[in-house]
Amino acid sequence: MPRLRDLLVQAMVLGLVAWGLAALWTTAKARMAAQGIPFSFAFLSQEAGFSLSEGITFAPGEGFRPYQPSDTYLQALLAGFLNTLKVTLLGLLGATLLGLLLALGRLSANPLARGLSFAYVEAVRNTPLLLQLFVWYFAILLKLPPWERGIAFAGAFLSQRGLLLPELALAPGAWGLVLAGVWAWAFRRRGLLARVGSLALFLASWALLGPPFSVRPAVPGPFGPLGGIFLSPEYAALLIGVTLYTSAFVAEVVRGAILAVPKGQWEAAYALGLSYPDTFRLVVLPQAVRIAVPPLANQYLNLAKNTSLGVAVGYPDLFSVYSTVANQSGRSLEAILLVMAVYLSLSLSISALVNGYNRRVALRWKL
Amino acid sequence: MRLFRALFGSPGNALVSLVLLSFLFLLGRSLVLWALGAEWRVVGDNLRYFFVGQLPPGMTWRAYGLLGAGLLVVWGWLGLLRAARLPRPGLAVGVGLVLFLLFLPLPLTLWGGLLLSLLLSLSAMALAFPLGVALALGRQSRLPAVRLLSVAYIEVVRGVPLVSLLFLAFVTLPLFLPEGVRLPQVVRALLAFTLFAAAYLAENVRGGLQAIPRGQWEAALSLGLTPFQTLRFVVLPQALRAVVPALVGQYIALFKDTSLVALIGILDLMGVARAVLANPQNVGLEREVYLFLGLVYLAVSGVFSYLGRRVEAALGLGKR
Repeated sequence: MPRLRDLLVQAMVLGLVAWGLAALWTTAKARMAAQGIPFSFAFLSQEAGFSLSEGITFAPGEGFRPYQPSDTYLQALLAGFLNTLKVTLLGLLGATLLGLLLALGRLSANPLARGLSFAYVEAVRNTPLLLQLFVWYFAILLKLPPWERGIAFAGAFLSQRGLLLPELALAPGAWGLVLAGVWAWAFRRRGLLARVGSLALFLASWALLGPPFSVRPAVPGPFGPLGGIFLSPEYAALLIGVTLYTSAFVAEVVRGAILAVPKGQWEAAYALGLSYPDTFRLVVLPQAVRIAVPPLANQYLNLAKNTSLGVAVGYPDLFSVYSTVANQSGRSLEAILLVMAVYLSLSLSISALVNGYNRRVALRWKL
Repeated sequence: MRLFRALFGSPGNALVSLVLLSFLFLLGRSLVLWALGAEWRVVGDNLRYFFVGQLPPGMTWRAYGLLGAGLLVVWGWLGLLRAARLPRPGLAVGVGLVLFLLFLPLPLTLWGGLLLSLLLSLSAMALAFPLGVALALGRQSRLPAVRLLSVAYIEVVRGVPLVSLLFLAFVTLPLFLPEGVRLPQVVRALLAFTLFAAAYLAENVRGGLQAIPRGQWEAALSLGLTPFQTLRFVVLPQALRAVVPALVGQYIALFKDTSLVALIGILDLMGVARAVLANPQNVGLEREVYLFLGLVYLAVSGVFSYLGRRVEAALGLGKR
């Protein structure tokens, strides 16, 4: 039975908060009505009229197609959201891989690798992301030569107008890869059968169907790209910026997790006769992953939120589309509430995913 | 010799070393070649502007006085924690605070540069501190309504980008204020940073609170302390001591985040850099300016993490 005093305190707190919110709400409503633009989300279906440098949106009846100025505000915001996702997903992948590499570098026995990774991690973590984005965009990508005199480098074509990268496309041989993966998973408890079988499947598919991937080279035409993947300088700057920034934090998390595995675990594994790679893979890594997952989730959330800095380099992500919409429609309050709700659900879904994974790897114990 | 063996001991190691060495050589060569031909005048000419913004030269000494007084307070505080050797630490804090208040009345609109970045982040952290501790306690409360409200606030603020909070404070704040009330730009930014920092601070403090065993509460209550006294004299001192490293890290992150105010036209260190680059005389000198800016941010972060380590050592973290 809750005490009366507890109930009173709770009622008072709730009442105070409700009163504060209501006061803010009535002021805002009155001021918006006085300006002749009452609070409403109806503007979302009006024609946007501005163009975005890149972006795909959904149109009923047409499916997904490039965004056009004649689309509605809602479709513009959707294009921004898809652009945000494009940076977030690739950034997560890149930051994780690079972060792992850097963590191994910091733990390496080679003093040069150790020193370089240390310098990189400290320099990246102790300067603002905004500064790094400006460096990538204004000081590096926009200083590349113009399109006519672009630099061909390792199959890519670099110029002021953007980066043209060779495209990796799936070929029919990819089915062999899928089949080999399924085989390895199905027989994962029987090491030799899984390894030999999947290798044989992979080689057989290569012989029959050809290689799993085909590379389409970057083809710079006289006026624009003719082949390959084209990244605008804005997209490239934001992607490189957030990936490198997050990778430094990921490296610290992974390094901390590996160091947090007790030394006795290494020693015990060596005493049992396991080799260094086996000890790392079978004993240390599974325990390190358990420690690393919650802080990694935080870094992934930060990456998703940091993509909103695309507004600083002119990349049409959700936030910069919001600022155009707010400017043009005058509906800043409605639009920012919508945008904050979208970021909030993006954050919550990333943390739900990671929490689900965490439940699978975490030790179950009770006091 | 030992270094040589560490670098080239095994074939794989030697290969890694060679690749890294050639990378380092190419990077170093192009950096040196560029630095020799770079136009460093853009940094030298605007040095004062970078550090104190548009303060008129007659007032600059007050800005430095303010900074000096702030340093005196921090030094005295370190003395109080026995992290620095000082005969009368309490006196230093007192004198520093008085000097700080004396130097403070500078025209708000003229603040700029590194001075503004430091003042903005320090005051946001100081203002967010009580709010963050209250939210952390609220999250641990046994009253469901209080817990729910604290969790909702913390999760919403942590789930949205800082830029969106800044824009909320800038573009939509006037709608929530009564007619005729106008807040200066810097105050609005300070409000956004305070509300933002409080949510993160609450999570850090919660970590400390959760590390305090239940027995501490029970022991203090059975000694006859009231719940408030228990909190004030037993639980919070231990909890806050445990989270000092996290708070230093959070402050450095906040200091870096103040650069975002440049996006809404405030002339902090980053804003000044953008203003300098917008000057037609300095077109195309981004590299010089941004390199200088990066070094300043690195230096300030380095100073704060050094101070943080001193405080940690003085508090005996990880030793007791």
